[in-house]
Amino acid sequence: MRRLGRMAWALVLAEILGGLWLTLRYFFRPKATLNYPYEKNPISPRFKGEHALRRYPNGEERCIACKLCEAVCPAQAITIEAEPRDDGSRRTTRYDIDMTKCIYCGLCEEACPVDAIVEGPNFEFATETREELLYDKAKLLDNGDRWEPELAKRLELDAPYR
Amino acid sequence: MAKVIVDGIEVEIANGSSVLQACEAAGKEIPRFCYHERLSVAGNCRMCLVEVEKMPKPVASCGQPVADGMVVFTDTENVRRARRGVMEFLLINHPLDCPICDQGGECDLQDEAVSYGRDTSRYDEAKRAVSQPDWGPLVKTTMTRCIHCTRCIRFSTEIAGVPELGATARGESMQVGTYVEKALSSELSGNLIDLCPVGALTAKPYAFTARPWELRKTDSVDVLDAGGANIRIDARGAEVLRILPRMNDAVNEEWLGDKSRFSVDGLKRRRLDQPWLRDGARLRPATWDECFAAIAARIKAVAPSRIGAIAGDLMDVESMFALRDLFTSLGSGNLDCRADGARFDASQRQFYVFNTSIAGIEDADAILIIGSNPRHEAPVLNARIRKRYLASPTFIGHIGLPHDLTYPAMHLGTDPSVLAALTDGSHPFAATLRAAKTPMLILGAGALARPDGAALHAAAWALAAQFNMLRADWHGFNILHHAAARVGGLDLGFLPAAGGQDTRAMLDGGVDVLWLLGADNADIAAIPPETFVIYQGHHGDAGAARADVILPGAAYTEKDGIYVNTEGRVQQGFIAVKPPGSAREDWRIIRAASASLGQPLVYDTLAALRTRLAAAHPHFAAPAAFRRLAATDLQGPAPGQVALSNAPFTAVAANYYQTDPISRASPTMAACVAAHSPADNTNFGLAAE
Repeated sequence: MRRLGRMAWALVLAEILGGLWLTLRYFFRPKATLNYPYEKNPISPRFKGEHALRRYPNGEERCIACKLCEAVCPAQAITIEAEPRDDGSRRTTRYDIDMTKCIYCGLCEEACPVDAIVEGPNFEFATETREELLYDKAKLLDNGDRWEPELAKRLELDAPYR
Repeated sequence: MAKVIVDGIEVEIANGSSVLQACEAAGKEIPRFCYHERLSVAGNCRMCLVEVEKMPKPVASCGQPVADGMVVFTDTENVRRARRGVMEFLLINHPLDCPICDQGGECDLQDEAVSYGRDTSRYDEAKRAVSQPDWGPLVKTTMTRCIHCTRCIRFSTEIAGVPELGATARGESMQVGTYVEKALSSELSGNLIDLCPVGALTAKPYAFTARPWELRKTDSVDVLDAGGANIRIDARGAEVLRILPRMNDAVNEEWLGDKSRFSVDGLKRRRLDQPWLRDGARLRPATWDECFAAIAARIKAVAPSRIGAIAGDLMDVESMFALRDLFTSLGSGNLDCRADGARFDASQRQFYVFNTSIAGIEDADAILIIGSNPRHEAPVLNARIRKRYLASPTFIGHIGLPHDLTYPAMHLGTDPSVLAALTDGSHPFAATLRAAKTPMLILGAGALARPDGAALHAAAWALAAQFNMLRADWHGFNILHHAAARVGGLDLGFLPAAGGQDTRAMLDGGVDVLWLLGADNADIAAIPPETFVIYQGHHGDAGAARADVILPGAAYTEKDGIYVNTEGRVQQGFIAVKPPGSAREDWRIIRAASASLGQPLVYDTLAALRTRLAAAHPHFAAPAAFRRLAATDLQGPAPGQVALSNAPFTAVAANYYQTDPISRASPTMAACVAAHSPADNTNFGLAAE
């Protein structure tokens, strides 16, 4: 008797109707899909994207070649060489990041005492060749100049938690 | 002996020791900045505070003598609190610039701040900042970082014997400096960098180059003077970045001369990195095979008595051994390792080594220095003489150009005629030597290179015998060499065989084919133009310029090698980096050349070579074993044919800083010469007279 009852309920197609109703509801809801690359998801200020070397507002590069990022990098992607600049200050002559080695852990920016190396919000830096992912100092400083407003905002937003 | 209980551990320590030493004996680590084992106690950093039972306040353990039954606590809450307080005071004026400080990573203050520092500063007032004086091309100063431990002042006053550092003003205004800004004139100034517990004194040539954690550390032996100082080579990749002393109480304690420390940048300049072959008037790059073919053609074309080899000042024992084997198998006895042209009797080992041993200097009570300037020829050994002078009254006489030897030495004269006056007792210093229980005599190897060197050698030995320096329990006859390879070469018998020619004869056209094994300091200009010169070495120096074939070899940082220092101590250095380009280890080149000459040497590996070396010369078998020789032969070395002349002694080198191919290629050493000449204190205008 109970079995007969279940069969009769199945004929009503309640599950299917329930499913259709759900579909119908989502049909009228706002869409989750983004029209990438014209639309993008919001990202956290802690997002770890492409690296950049920042400058002070007066144009002086921040990096002082302390090599803490090089030491902390778990993937050993960073290579630094330094020597005294003509004015006697400590600066890098070479600052390379192998972006193919980098695991985007963000320890380099954690280690940096002067907020010079940062991981910015940019994640769209795919290249056609492998060599283009071997960043040098010029490329990183150029990134810094290009993204400075975003980088500064990002650090400002995250500052209370650091 | 006093019994002291440190944290419940009972230790026995000699009376007069400090509490800090007792704590060390008990295995307790005491933080310290101003205290150093080899310097006098200053007690001004206050970091070594410990608690002693029945003492009302924590005491500075470095300056507190032990007493029997003392009970010391090194790790109580009270001690920790006191040290934290001291650290906070030290950090008040110490800048937080560790990221740009070269000491970062090897800084005592940084390390101790991890243990005793607060996480944040309570100090809101202005920090002290002082100017950065220029102390010459070697030591970079950042005196804002100075914590006034006065180690540098004590080192330059006590060890280096050049009291040019001092403190002016007091308290917060205290500044360590040279009073009048000037370049440091000590040959041991590099040790200030090691001694400085913070980054106030750092190495100028090494500034901002690397961090200690990046460096690959290799133990080796210094070859730029004959003292055989133990060194640590710090390299990154294929580049040697710096050289630091290693501790060895028997040789260099923990000091190192400036030339040995700072000529590293010479290792990457003017290097021979490929074989060259003379083509008419010019040298052209060639392959190894071409060079060996050219050598084989020339050597086979002349009689064995017309080929010869001279070994230079920086060579390792293995290379000289291989070259000697090669020339022996070719049938030539024209070999000489005395590139300076010295002719003296090397038939017994006690004739040419520093028999008293370097540590033995501390037992001498009268020292006679003949024809040598130990301050320039072996600055670390000179510091040992000064240490002896400071420890107890030592009478030191000096024959040669007058120098400031950093200790008072009675200047007896500038020429060998003084030796005769000492022998017949007419000179007042003879009485001093006669009264001495353990007198020693140091004869400079530069004096042996004089035409009358052999006679001088014999006269010095006779003097040693006369003044009771040659005994079974005390050997006071010493040769102070200035070339690291010399004793090794003499030990091997890299000397003219019976009927063979010596350096002078070979250079003056005695041979048609001359193999220069790194012999840049020989009188290259004397070689006649028709001689075929094979130069094997690592720098484009005098030898390479004259060469017909250049075989690029390895510098001392680039090969495993055995070296024998002036006291006859056999020491081994290890390879830190690979030789540049197609340069190879020197014994390997000789092995390859022997094959193309049709006389292949019997060893193919360094291990096989060393086995043979040890079989032929047993004292190379156990490098660690070093025994002071007992004087056995009162007869002494043969006096040679040239009679003793009264020409005054001359300096071995024009200056301390540039004496060999490596230091001549070094820009740092050139800067030192520029900073110190012409007022270099090798002479006081007497050389020109």
